Amino acid sequence: MTFDAVSLVLLTVISAATPLLFAALGELVVEKSGVLNLGVEGMMIVGAVAAFAVASGTGSGSLGVAAGAVAGAALAFIFGVLTLTLAANQVATGLALTIFGLGLSSLIGAGYVGIPVPPLAKLAVPGISDLPLVGPLLFGHDALVYLSIVAVIAVAWFLKKSRAGMILRAVGESDISAHSIGYDVIAVRYRAVLFGGAMAGLGGAFLSLSYTPLWAEGMTAGRGWIALALVVFASWRPWRLLAGAYLFGGVTIAQLYTQSAGGLGIPAQVMSMLPYLATILVLTIIAAGPWKGRLNAPACLGKPFRPST
Amino acid sequence: MFKDLSRRRFLAGSTAAAGALALGGRTALGADPLKVGFVYVGPVGDFGWTHGHDLGRKAIEKEFGDKVKTTFVENVAEGPDAERVIRQLASSGNKLIFTTSFGFMNQTVKVAKQFPDVMFEHATGFKTAKNLSVYNARFYEGRAVIGTIAGHMTKTGKFGYIASFPIPEVVMGINAFILAARKVRPDAEIKVVWVNSWYDPGKEADATKALIDQGCDVITQHTDSPAPIQTAGSRGVLCFGQASDMTTFAPEQHATAILDVWGPYYVERVKAVLDGTWQTSNVWQGFKEGMVEMAPYNKNLPGEVVEAAESVRKGIIAGTLHPFTGPINDQSGAEKIPAGQTIPDGDLLGMDWYVEGVSA
Repeated sequence: MTFDAVSLVLLTVISAATPLLFAALGELVVEKSGVLNLGVEGMMIVGAVAAFAVASGTGSGSLGVAAGAVAGAALAFIFGVLTLTLAANQVATGLALTIFGLGLSSLIGAGYVGIPVPPLAKLAVPGISDLPLVGPLLFGHDALVYLSIVAVIAVAWFLKKSRAGMILRAVGESDISAHSIGYDVIAVRYRAVLFGGAMAGLGGAFLSLSYTPLWAEGMTAGRGWIALALVVFASWRPWRLLAGAYLFGGVTIAQLYTQSAGGLGIPAQVMSMLPYLATILVLTIIAAGPWKGRLNAPACLGKPFRPST
Repeated sequence: MFKDLSRRRFLAGSTAAAGALALGGRTALGADPLKVGFVYVGPVGDFGWTHGHDLGRKAIEKEFGDKVKTTFVENVAEGPDAERVIRQLASSGNKLIFTTSFGFMNQTVKVAKQFPDVMFEHATGFKTAKNLSVYNARFYEGRAVIGTIAGHMTKTGKFGYIASFPIPEVVMGINAFILAARKVRPDAEIKVVWVNSWYDPGKEADATKALIDQGCDVITQHTDSPAPIQTAGSRGVLCFGQASDMTTFAPEQHATAILDVWGPYYVERVKAVLDGTWQTSNVWQGFKEGMVEMAPYNKNLPGEVVEAAESVRKGIIAGTLHPFTGPINDQSGAEKIPAGQTIPDGDLLGMDWYVEGVSA
């Protein structure tokens, strides 16, 4: 492979990893606060359709992206009301949210099938974007790709260094203790859930405006579920999440490239199992290897909190 | 058959009691609309395969108005789940049920056995029964047309094919495409990428990128979303729509599309049920009957290329050209079909080997 070919492959990997990264990063923060929202797929697809509808109505990609985030957050708000205020079961509510989101998005999107939308503008730095290999790789993306990387840095800093981040982690590790020293557990969790929804919405917006700039029903095609797995895969750490998203995107893309290059004699079905095999393998290594005990799941994950007044 | 059945019930009623007679009479008059059910593998908004079937369903509604009532269930997974959906449709009073994907075959056969007075129509399968018909379109005829265009337009001689699952239908399409292309460009080859899904826009787009990166300058697909068209369009690569006219996604590069036209067949079958003349059948129709059509050719295609494509289409309609006419070599280069012979329909429907020029 030439340099050019390598950079083309890497470009594809980056675009495959970005929606996963957005959605998984949002979910990571949600889970760190002790809430398990299985509705990522639903929030993503509602974000995708909202972004597409607004971008095609106004002609503005940035408004579309904003609409995607708002729509994802709106769906997350429903989840919040049900699980945080009304203390409903988080697993069941999350699953319902996914199914609801898929249905709602088809309803909203019915009028947008078969309409193209101009893709998000790519960053183009004169002179630099045209450099071989490095140019398109580092300077040839749309703003969302850079935003996803910035978001990883921001979330990592927030969780580790900021006071609000520490409160959020405390709420996720021991809601009762946090409550008894005077933190508003429900309010913290609401913010986390809304953030998670907005991030899933951004992931969806990336899908419908940049990855494949079109609206098609069910276009998230299970990426929300992969994002959920990635959070565990990364053992709730933002930097590992970044690596995981790119690894996952990379394995998916690599199998398509090896297929078209002749397949190396491996059946296509085996190739498409690879990303999932990799997930299982890494999970097993983390859980059973010398790093045992560092799996690091928030202690209150999935448990409803009822303040005893 | 439907009418006979009602009449039998009518007669049985008349011998029993006057009240039953009146009831039976009302059924026989058909005051209730005929309920027609559809099982779709994808969403109606896929702009491809399922979209095409749903247009057929709408054609029924338009033709028969309130004499029929149609229902559809979309996004039904191929496999055991489908059986539940089909049975549900049958037991809720649908008298004619269309199951529109190959993978619904065994489930349809099973439910058809349990509901002998419900009529079933299964698309692209090969198992029939007294109350189960199969119908299919000769998409390979369309593939021969686009293969001809591809052969004329390619510079690199490499084509990219985004494929779903290695079933005969898909294998046949790949073969028809490359056979037609190699008539124009004898050294042409085709690279196949299996995405193992009928519908995953993101993955289809990635596969398209992979193929273009490896030198393919024509992209065609046997998956249902317009994502490959859009990706090919954005890279300036020639492509062909699948099941619907997808020009809007690549106005300059979308050469043409193979269109599935199910409406006339659906209308005909519903009419047969209403008239009581429905019988099990096994049809495989193409350009000639109008079940397969080509979308308008792109204005960017040179006139002589359009002419060559049209002559293939017209030859197929006239019966002077069969896309699977020998000599045909298999992948290893050995002759499989001798010169002058064509592959019979039965063998095509079970096709499990690739012709020369395919790397899959």
